[in-house]
Amino acid sequence: MTTNQGVGASLRRKEDARFLRGRGRYVADITRPGMLEVAFLRSPVAHARNPIVTKPKGQEHHVYLAEDLAGIAPIRAHSALPGFRPSVQPILATTKLRYVGELIAACLAPSRAAAEDLAGDCALDYETLPAIVDMLQTRTETRIHDDWPDNIFVETRRDDDLSHLDAIAAAKITRRLRTARQSMAPLEGRGVLAEWDPRLEQLILTTSTQMPHVTKTGLAECLGLDEGQIRVISPDVGGGFGYKGILLPEEVVCATLAMRLDRPVRWIEDRLEQLAANANCREHHYVVTAWAAADGALLGIEVDATVDAGAYSAYPFSACLEAAQIGSIFPGPYILPLFRCHTTSACTNKPPILPYRGVARTGVCYAMETTLDALARTLAITPQAIRLANLVPPTAMPYRNLVGKVFDSGDYPEALRRAAAAIDIPAIQARQALGECVGVGLAIFCEQGAHGTSVYHGWGIPFVPGYEQVHLRLTPDGVLEIRTGVHSHGQGLETTLAQVANEILGIHPDRVRIVLGDTALTPYSTGTWGSRCMVMAGGAVAEGCKQLAARLTAIAAALLQVPPTELHLSNGAVSRQDTGASITIAEVAKTWYRRPQNLPADVNQGGLELTAGYRPDPDTGTHSYACHAATVRVDTDTGAVTIETYVIVEDGGVLVNPMIVDGQVIGGLAQGIGTALYEEMPFDDHGQPLAATLADYLLPGASEIPELRLDHMETPSPWTTFGQKGIGESGAIGPPAAIVNAINDALATRGAEVFDLPATPQRVLAALQAASPQ
Amino acid sequence: MKAAAFDYSRPTDWPEALQLLQAGARPAAGTQSLGPMLNFRLSLPQRLADLRHLPGYTGVTLSNHVVRIGAGTTHAAIEDGAVPGRLGAILAAIASRIAYRAIRNRGTIGGSLAHADPAADWVATLPALDATAIAIGPQGERRIPAAAFVLGLFTTALAENELLQAIELPTLPETARWGHWKFCRKPGEFSRATACILHTPGHPPKAVLAALDAPPLMIPDPAALLADPAITAARIVAPLKLDPWRAAIARTALCRAVQAL
Repeated sequence: MTTNQGVGASLRRKEDARFLRGRGRYVADITRPGMLEVAFLRSPVAHARNPIVTKPKGQEHHVYLAEDLAGIAPIRAHSALPGFRPSVQPILATTKLRYVGELIAACLAPSRAAAEDLAGDCALDYETLPAIVDMLQTRTETRIHDDWPDNIFVETRRDDDLSHLDAIAAAKITRRLRTARQSMAPLEGRGVLAEWDPRLEQLILTTSTQMPHVTKTGLAECLGLDEGQIRVISPDVGGGFGYKGILLPEEVVCATLAMRLDRPVRWIEDRLEQLAANANCREHHYVVTAWAAADGALLGIEVDATVDAGAYSAYPFSACLEAAQIGSIFPGPYILPLFRCHTTSACTNKPPILPYRGVARTGVCYAMETTLDALARTLAITPQAIRLANLVPPTAMPYRNLVGKVFDSGDYPEALRRAAAAIDIPAIQARQALGECVGVGLAIFCEQGAHGTSVYHGWGIPFVPGYEQVHLRLTPDGVLEIRTGVHSHGQGLETTLAQVANEILGIHPDRVRIVLGDTALTPYSTGTWGSRCMVMAGGAVAEGCKQLAARLTAIAAALLQVPPTELHLSNGAVSRQDTGASITIAEVAKTWYRRPQNLPADVNQGGLELTAGYRPDPDTGTHSYACHAATVRVDTDTGAVTIETYVIVEDGGVLVNPMIVDGQVIGGLAQGIGTALYEEMPFDDHGQPLAATLADYLLPGASEIPELRLDHMETPSPWTTFGQKGIGESGAIGPPAAIVNAINDALATRGAEVFDLPATPQRVLAALQAASPQ
Repeated sequence: MKAAAFDYSRPTDWPEALQLLQAGARPAAGTQSLGPMLNFRLSLPQRLADLRHLPGYTGVTLSNHVVRIGAGTTHAAIEDGAVPGRLGAILAAIASRIAYRAIRNRGTIGGSLAHADPAADWVATLPALDATAIAIGPQGERRIPAAAFVLGLFTTALAENELLQAIELPTLPETARWGHWKFCRKPGEFSRATACILHTPGHPPKAVLAALDAPPLMIPDPAALLADPAITAARIVAPLKLDPWRAAIARTALCRAVQAL
């Protein structure tokens, strides 16, 4: 009897053997003879004109400015949304400086310390301009991009008529809400090693990226090379979260210099660069007005949302990503009859905003769910009641909502009921009655994952995902190589894709080798983002394995002298159903490669190597969903918040590896708690970032994460190969909403309410003090 | 960020250390604060003088009811009981609350005091324990009360040509009671307000309020604080002109340190 090693098995991760022994290999572990290290001279100001650099005397040839990179194209990330203005992001600053940390000069030396010496010895002159720092105050005379009429990347509108709602609603509330600018903090920062191979006439860029193929395409556009002249290798990646889905100017600089100097050139990002200049994300502002009937049923919602997109449209997701998503996902898992929404992607003198796990959902969920709780308080109904009055019921699945999102499957009300039942609400209410400042908060949301062509073509950003391809190759000894263009940086794909192969072919996962992170070895892919890998790459591996199974069976049938229909594949062997006589996959492989005289005459000449493609139909994406429930205690003397319990009920459809899913959810929760309570990248009025180290930028640590009680529902998606749904971001979406709802429940009897993230002790105490001035 | 180049010296006796100091070297102990400052190039010394191998720089001696702690004694050593008796228990408890064990393994009591970050734990607590800083300079030893040691943000009473050699504290009877409370968002984060109170029966209590971006404040009338914490705390904090949240944290620190007695 064999235990399940296929879909549904909590198989231990194959890749952990090297990670736990410290044998992972990251960009910073790789050196080359004669390699030069780069330190950048970065802008010390948020907005200025005519930067002039005086290179250090005698060292001029080790310092490179924009004028030294002539012929290199700037980064342009377009969007097809009407009215979108793509920015021109120079690789090194030219006529203007647009945020603190923008690249001005690349300084090269045999060591990073010596390169920093050079950067420190550069003199910089410029004419300071007023900085635009607040996304709500961009309508000034100042222009960040001189040829723009204003400082707006794009606006979107949906204009349902809500004018009659005031007359019929039992309650109407308005909330002004803000989420902080954050900085993603993967353990490994960005890093790039560029080298030119004169034999292949090829640039080899080893870089810490989630999307090697998209990086290659973007680089080719900037460098004017054809794509065959570029090979992008992404070795082990120490966490991505979206930050490593971006083409950075640093990558283009290193590539250019490696080619011009014919020397390997490396840049390893330090934590200051990452925090203050590069990994910015999440900054939203909402004004939400909601109308509801007495039973809590929503009549309509009006949203005016602003996203601080920073100074440039980042490649490839563009400056429209967050705001455009707000317009399409705000209704959440609810039946919303009317929706009016205006979004603005504001351009400011801050680093470009980048997608972070959950992308716009974390902010949207926060805005929607805190608004619902405020409505419930106004109507004097429970948070459960208002949600149950509006959630899409399971009988309506698949459900198409008013903005055209199609929810594939699930029982949203059941998730809510389970989460609410898992926390002891009466116990909290009893403590509240005794005067304790404790509260309960709920948040329910869905996560669209693996959305494809039909969703992205409308946005018209630099890439649109299509069919996901895999390349399969059975080696002469019967090992299955799976080559895929997605990448793994914590997701455990080396294990889960092997499980998929096991599910179809019965091959032992140890005999499956996953090859990823190298454009020379893998088929083109948009890479790892949008909770897509298990649906897309998993589906493609399954499809490829089915095709391979047919070829294997045909050969085995000839060897076993029965029709293929009388054979089945299991435990790595093809067996006759009648006698049980079998031949292993390894023997079939040996026959193809080394004993071709035994092959049938009509054998598939493609052999045991094939490329397969997959796209779900429809490809509008799976919708996993979750309900988060938190209880908190608020210290009314200090404003400090302690999370007492945390419950997540999650439906990711069929879980390919439940243990890995649990890990994903727990990791996401930690990041969500950071968004809720800790993480904030403040800027002063001049656009100077005020958090330069992890002593200023607080990340939750192990001691700040409560023990999670995690419950799974498992409603298979009708649209995917095994019923699996994308779930990689879910954990990071719900916590701000659930935690702040719990805080507001605790503060409610004191007449106080928190609106802005993170809910720091300062903000919570200010809310208390505003409610009852001392 | 990588540190700019500097020279490194390891003096083996105190006169050599003082000569290096005279020549402009930056003294270094556990480097838990200096290290990041070097990497950020906020400190650009020509030369570091690594004090850790000086005779008597680490370790604890006891004589005549006075405990002498070498300035280079690590937080971890104190946490693990290097100091005997009731005083040692209190110091061990304070040490155990400093950042993380990894930092405590290298960070030193003297290095922390001489660095004079107002939020640092020894800066905030030693004045309540009647500690004395022992400085050594070309003219020999000089004794500075801990309450007068930190003069401001990263500024101490040490002269340019002096090094902090040791900390001396009076031993405490087993009946001595203490209270300590600080506000950190998470372990390892800098305190935003720290209060420390020592009450030895038969002696007037001592109390310190610290970590307010200024030198530690000796509470002038600790007995009143013990008698009526809320009102006295408000009276102590009001003149400090703190923002409303910091003022609330400071008042809370005083009240909760009293509760912890």
